[in-house]
Amino acid sequence: MISYGAYVPMYRMNLQTLARNWGSPAGKGEKAVANWDEDSLTMATESSVDCLNGLDRSMIDGLYFATTTPAYREKQNASIIAKVIDLRRDITTADFANSVRGGTNALKAAIDAVKAGSAKRFLVTAADCRVPAPDSQFERLFGDGSAAFLIGDSDLAVEIEGSVSISSEFMDIWKREEDRYVQAWEERFIVTKGYLAHLEEIISMIFKKYKVTPKDFTKVVFYAFDQRRHLEIAKKLGFDPATQLQDSLLSTVGHTGSAQAMMMLVAALEEAKPGDRILFVNYGDGADAFILKVCDPIEKIRDRRGIKKNLASRMELPSYGKYLHFRNILDWGRQREPERFGALTMSWRDRNWLLSCHGHKCRQCGTIQFPMQRVCTWCQAKDDFDEIRLSDKKGTLFTYSMDNLATSVDKPTVIAIVNIAGGGRFSTVLTDRDTEKINPDMPVEFTFRRVHEAQGIHNYFWKCRPVRA
Amino acid sequence: MAESFKDKVAIIGMGCSKFGENWDMGSEDMVVDATYDALADAGIEMKDIDAAWVGTIGFHGTGTGMTSTGITGAAISMPLKLQYKPVTHVENGCATGTDALRNAAFAVAAKVYDIVLVVGVEKLKDTGFGGLGELAIPPHPVFEGGITAPGMYALAATRYFKKYGLTPEEGKRMLAKVSVKSHYNASRNPRAHLRNVITEEQVINAPVIAWPLGLFDCCGVTDGAAAAILCRAEDAKKFKDNYVLIKGLGLSIGPGQGSIRTDYDFTIWDETVYASKEAYAMAGIKNPRKEIDLVECHDCFSISEVIAVESLGLCERGKARADIESGAWTQEGEIPVNLSGGLKAFGHPIGASGCREAFEIYQQLLGRAEDKTRRLKNPRMGLVHNQAGLPGKFMCAVAIYGLP
Repeated sequence: MISYGAYVPMYRMNLQTLARNWGSPAGKGEKAVANWDEDSLTMATESSVDCLNGLDRSMIDGLYFATTTPAYREKQNASIIAKVIDLRRDITTADFANSVRGGTNALKAAIDAVKAGSAKRFLVTAADCRVPAPDSQFERLFGDGSAAFLIGDSDLAVEIEGSVSISSEFMDIWKREEDRYVQAWEERFIVTKGYLAHLEEIISMIFKKYKVTPKDFTKVVFYAFDQRRHLEIAKKLGFDPATQLQDSLLSTVGHTGSAQAMMMLVAALEEAKPGDRILFVNYGDGADAFILKVCDPIEKIRDRRGIKKNLASRMELPSYGKYLHFRNILDWGRQREPERFGALTMSWRDRNWLLSCHGHKCRQCGTIQFPMQRVCTWCQAKDDFDEIRLSDKKGTLFTYSMDNLATSVDKPTVIAIVNIAGGGRFSTVLTDRDTEKINPDMPVEFTFRRVHEAQGIHNYFWKCRPVRA
Repeated sequence: MAESFKDKVAIIGMGCSKFGENWDMGSEDMVVDATYDALADAGIEMKDIDAAWVGTIGFHGTGTGMTSTGITGAAISMPLKLQYKPVTHVENGCATGTDALRNAAFAVAAKVYDIVLVVGVEKLKDTGFGGLGELAIPPHPVFEGGITAPGMYALAATRYFKKYGLTPEEGKRMLAKVSVKSHYNASRNPRAHLRNVITEEQVINAPVIAWPLGLFDCCGVTDGAAAAILCRAEDAKKFKDNYVLIKGLGLSIGPGQGSIRTDYDFTIWDETVYASKEAYAMAGIKNPRKEIDLVECHDCFSISEVIAVESLGLCERGKARADIESGAWTQEGEIPVNLSGGLKAFGHPIGASGCREAFEIYQQLLGRAEDKTRRLKNPRMGLVHNQAGLPGKFMCAVAIYGLP
C-alpha cells in the first residue's frame, strides 16, 4: 500500500434525534449521514482524491470500486469515478458489488494484479450509502462513508505480508432486486454461525498459515457487526481490546457497509508507526484476512484527511425530517415541480469539464477559463488551449446568494461564484455549508456531487464547499 | 457608410393591455387589446399595416430555460387576422420588446414599408408555478442549472454591498427605498399590476426569496402586451400632430464571460454600458443625467435598478445610495426612474416589457398619463433600458425617445 485516504460526510445525526423522532430508547453516539447530493459514487471520489493527494494520477493503472449501493445498477460506476478523478484511459476498472466484503475482494484482486505485473499502481476504493428501513435497528446502525487505498510495488507505506480468504454460502443480511431495504435473519443465528464463527475460522487460518499469534500484532482491525460482538470476538481470540482492538467507528460514523473495515484500517494507519504489524479482517459471504506491516514511507502521507480530520469537521443534522429528505425516503408527490433538464448527449460531449473538471489555459494569453471554450474569453484566440485539471485547486467565494425559489431538498440553494487559485472562475453551488457562516472571499474547495435527476440519469457536477480543515 | 438613425422614425400610436395576473386572457386577447388601442391612437385601420414584428419569448416555463418553442409571426397574425402580411418574430430574452421595435424601425427607415406594427407580449401565468422557475443560459444538464433569476441577481447585491462597504442591513435598507418608490409610482398608475403602497419595514421584513433579496425586492409575475405603430418621421404629420421620434437605439449582447473572467465584479452591467453608449451617440447626448427627463429601466429586482442607473451613466458608480437617499430618482427628483412603477410594480411580461416601457415614455412625452398627478412637467426625452439574462451574461437594448 502506497497511500490511503478516507471520507466521512459533513453531516452527523445524533442517535438521540432518531430516538426523539420514534419515541424509542436512545442509543449512544452518532452516525455520519451523506448530504442529499452525495452517494456511494461521489464519496468514493472523495476518498480517492484524499488518497492520491500529491501523487501523480497518470501513474495509476487501474481502479476497483466496491459498494453495495451503486449509483447505477447496470452501468459501471468505477469508470465514472476514474473519469472524475482524472485517471488515464488505458486502465482497468471494475465494480465489486453486492457484498459488504467487496472492499477486500477488490483489494485482493488489485494486489494480485500488481503481483502478477499487469499493473504497477492500482487504486481501490469502497463506499456505501445504505438506506435503512425507518425505525429499525439498521437505522441506528448504518452510516455513510468511504475509504481508498493505492496498491503498488514501490514506495510502500504498508507492506502486505500475507493473506487468506474464505468464500462461504451464508445468508445473514441480504437485499433482493425488488427490496427497498436490507433484510436480516434472526440476530442470534447470524451472529453465532455467521460473524463470530467466520472470524474465528479465518483468524485461526491465518495464524496457522503464517505461524503468528495475537501478541505479534500491534493492532487488529476487525469488521464489526456491532459494538458488543466486536469486543467479544477480540477477547475470545486472545487480543487485548484496550490496547490492540481498533475502534469500530460505529459510534462516530456508523456501519458503512463495504467501506467499514477499510475505513477502520485507515484510522489504524493514521496512528501507526513504522514497524507496527496489523491484522486486518473483513467479513461478508466469507472472510478475508491480511497481515500488514507498517513501513517508513507512511510518514510521508500524514497529510491525508483520512478519518481523523474528516471526523473533526462536522455539522449536526438538525432533524429527522431533513434525513427523510436527504435519503428521499418519503413519496414527495405533494410537490409539483418543473421538470429538470437533462441530455445525455450534452453531458457526454462536455465530459472533460463536466466530470474531469478540466478548464482551458489559453496558449496565447495564458489565462485559465472554465468551462472549456472554443474561443478565448480574454484574447479571442481560437482553439489554442491546453486542458488543465482544476478540481484539486482551492478557491475563494467571490460572491454568493441564497436562493429559496430554486427547487431543492435542502433550501436555500447557495449560488456561488468562485475565483480559483492560480486563475479561472467557477460558477457553481455551495454545498456542506452553514448558511449562517458564508461570507464573500471565504476559502472554498471543490467536491463532486449530484445536481439532480433528469431523464432517468444522475446528473453529477462539481460543487464547492467551505474548506474542511 | 452608416448614418445616424436619429429622428428618422416616428411612433404615431401606442397601446397597452391590462397588466396583471390575467387569468381570463390568453396572449391572443392581450395582443388584440394592445393592437386595437394602438391603431385607434394612430387613427388607422388594420389594413393600413404593411408589416409587423412580434416580440415574445413564448414562455412556457418547463424549467429548461427561457426558450421559445417554435414561436413564429403567427403569434400575432392569427389573433389579429393579419391578411397574409409579413410578420417577423424577434426574441432577445427580456430585451425582446425593444429589439422588436428596433428592427421594425430599421425596416421603416429603409423604406421597405411605410407603416408597421410592433407588438410585445408575454403570457407568464399559465405554468402553474410561482416565479419563472429555474433557468440556465443556455440550457445545460448541470452547468448553472437549478438556479433562479432572483438567485443570480442576488449575487450582484452581495458583491455590491461588499464593494461599497454596506452592511447587509444598510444594503437592504437602500434596496427597500427603491421598491417603496416603485410601488408608490404604480399606486397612481391604473394600468400597473402591483398598486399597493408599501413601507421600508415591510420590504426589509418580507420573506427572503434569494438572500439578500426579499419578496418586495422582486418584480411580480405579470401577463401583458403593448403595441406601437411606426412610420417614417416625415410621414408622421399625415396621421397626427402629437407623436414621438426615435432618437437613439443601442443593443449589446454580452459574450457571457462574467462567470468565466475574474475581472468581472458583478457591480456593473457591462452590456448596459455598451448599449447606452451606442444610443447616446446616436441621440447626440453628452450628459444623460441632464438631458434625459425620465428613465424606464430594467428593475426586475431592486438591485437591478440600482446597478442599471449607474451603468447607464445616470449616476456615478457606487453613488446610487446617495441618490436614493436624496430622492433623485423620484418623480420630483433630478432624474425620475420607473415612474410607471417599473417592472417591479407595473409588471414584467418578458417580451412585452420593452414596448410597455416605450408606452410610458410616449404617454409622458405627450402629456397623457391617466393620473394627472403622475405627469412630468414638459419632458422632452425619455430612455428605455431593456435587459435580459443574468449578471455576467446579459443582452441589453436601450432606446431613447423624444419629441420632434
